[in-house]
Amino acid sequence: MAFLVRRLLLTLPVLFIVSVLCFSMINLIPGDPATVILGPEASQHAKEEMRNRLNLNEPIPVQYVDWLGGVLHGDLGESLIDDTPVSKLILQRLPVTIELALGTFAVSLTISVVAGILSASRRGTWIDYLSTGVALGGISIPHFWLGMMFIIIFAVYLGILPAGGYVPFFQNPWANITFMILPVFATGLRESAELTRMLRSSLLEELGSDYVRTAFSKGLSKRIVVIRHAVRNALIPFVTASGLQIAGLLGGLVVTETVFQLPGLGRLVVDSIENRDFTTVQGAVLTITLVVVLVNVTVDVLYTLIDPRISVRSSEG
Amino acid sequence: MSEAVTAEGQQAQAIQPRERRLGTFWRRFRRNKLAVFGLAIVAVLVLTAVFAPMIAPSNPDAKDYALTLRPPGEGGLMGTDALGSYVFSRVVYGARISLESSLISVGIALGVGVPVGLASGYYGGFWDEWIVMRVIDSLQAFPFLILALVIAAILGGGLGWAMVAIGIGFIPAFVRITRAQVLSVRGLDYVDAARAIGTGNTMIMLRHVLPNSLPPLLVQTSLAMGYAIIAEATLSYLGLGAEPGEPSWGSMLFQAQSYLSTAWWMAFFPGMAIFFAVLGFNLLGDGVREALDPRTYD
Repeated sequence: MAFLVRRLLLTLPVLFIVSVLCFSMINLIPGDPATVILGPEASQHAKEEMRNRLNLNEPIPVQYVDWLGGVLHGDLGESLIDDTPVSKLILQRLPVTIELALGTFAVSLTISVVAGILSASRRGTWIDYLSTGVALGGISIPHFWLGMMFIIIFAVYLGILPAGGYVPFFQNPWANITFMILPVFATGLRESAELTRMLRSSLLEELGSDYVRTAFSKGLSKRIVVIRHAVRNALIPFVTASGLQIAGLLGGLVVTETVFQLPGLGRLVVDSIENRDFTTVQGAVLTITLVVVLVNVTVDVLYTLIDPRISVRSSEG
Repeated sequence: MSEAVTAEGQQAQAIQPRERRLGTFWRRFRRNKLAVFGLAIVAVLVLTAVFAPMIAPSNPDAKDYALTLRPPGEGGLMGTDALGSYVFSRVVYGARISLESSLISVGIALGVGVPVGLASGYYGGFWDEWIVMRVIDSLQAFPFLILALVIAAILGGGLGWAMVAIGIGFIPAFVRITRAQVLSVRGLDYVDAARAIGTGNTMIMLRHVLPNSLPPLLVQTSLAMGYAIIAEATLSYLGLGAEPGEPSWGSMLFQAQSYLSTAWWMAFFPGMAIFFAVLGFNLLGDGVREALDPRTYD
């Protein structure tokens, strides 16, 4: 319990700093933000209007409090391009990214659990070499390039899947899935590589421990020992690692969405950067980061539920 | 006077085991075939970058509009791109940009991360737990690529700022690693002993605590070099790193995107270059880790 309270308390400064960093994005633009946003040729009048609009004439703490007040009410400001509320833009894009993230997560978990267990329990066999080799290659491949190769193979040469685009699931489920397969596998394969390596090594460690030897000497079959005993313990660090990967995964989706022309949150960030629409960038980045923080806290809490030893250890440290 | 002599004598003694340790390290490293393979890849990468003008058959920017989009064979080893430049020459020169930018980003991360981690872990207390570590947590809450992307966007884009952005993105990892090592030795007797004979804090940190952090930092540096190559390619691909015309592997992939259905070689070869470069640094990092890990002692 003390651990939980402490963990939640430690999240508060993180939330504060994240909000400050997102807020300061516009103020950190070197020179005059209004000039950068509008371009050097903009009239003095237009620049002044932009400064008013961005609230830049107020002292910075006042700007921050105003901004934060809006954020807490779900008001992320308006897009500098067409005045659409940023929260609306984000809500439009969110389903795409959520679908992509869940799909990727499912692919990467499935592959890494199967490959990790097989390769640790059959150490030194061809199946181990194959999966460690693929995993090693996987962590070295830029996944957007993997995506491009998938497009060349499956869309251009085999012609069995579309090269890019998007249809909402509820409009046409089948088309939606065909659009999602390549991006989900391109990102998922890469994400699974790291998890496979991690699960293999923690499982190998468990398999070398005393309780596993005891279980074997009781005459239990290898399958039972691995699945019932060793995997359970090896999964504990695996759960944290996969939770922490959410951050990397969401970052990676920025590029995946660009390669496959998916109208998700990541694409929104990239497009808004291109258009110098900094309020939208701010809102989208804040949303993504809050998701990461929440996921990390949840994982930590789940973690103590799975393994009670952890809260003891942390409160000692 | 006599004290100084003793100290020097001690140092001379300390040097020998360190050399022997290096020998042991090298022997163990060499036995790991994958690690040696990684080292070889990195060596090839460095040589390619240094001798690019001698290796590349043509100027990477030379354009021949009569020779656009030719497949490998007809258009040289790796074909030609949409502007009639040889992909092979551009890939060779790309090694320069990749290596240079990852060196600079990792250098920034080391230069900031190590001192901060060292001081924060050594002094500890409120400053460490509530300020430094929470800032690090917050920076790590931003997905790495998004952080780099936003910093590059704020600073104005271009390869130089991309390197800075990637470097900033790496700082948290280096702070954490250094700090963790510092915490593990801070309370040990030899540090207390150094303090007892009147060694100043800065000296203790540099002489007694920092060397202990070097092995994991070395591993992290190698892995970060690999990741920096991917990050630079990604930012350039998204248009926030190298200019589209520059022979960077990432901007080559950006250009290739429009020709996926007609010229696979434009995307395939720069990507393979990234893959091998990153694989090299990953294998090297893993190899160094294993060679340094006392648990894998034979």
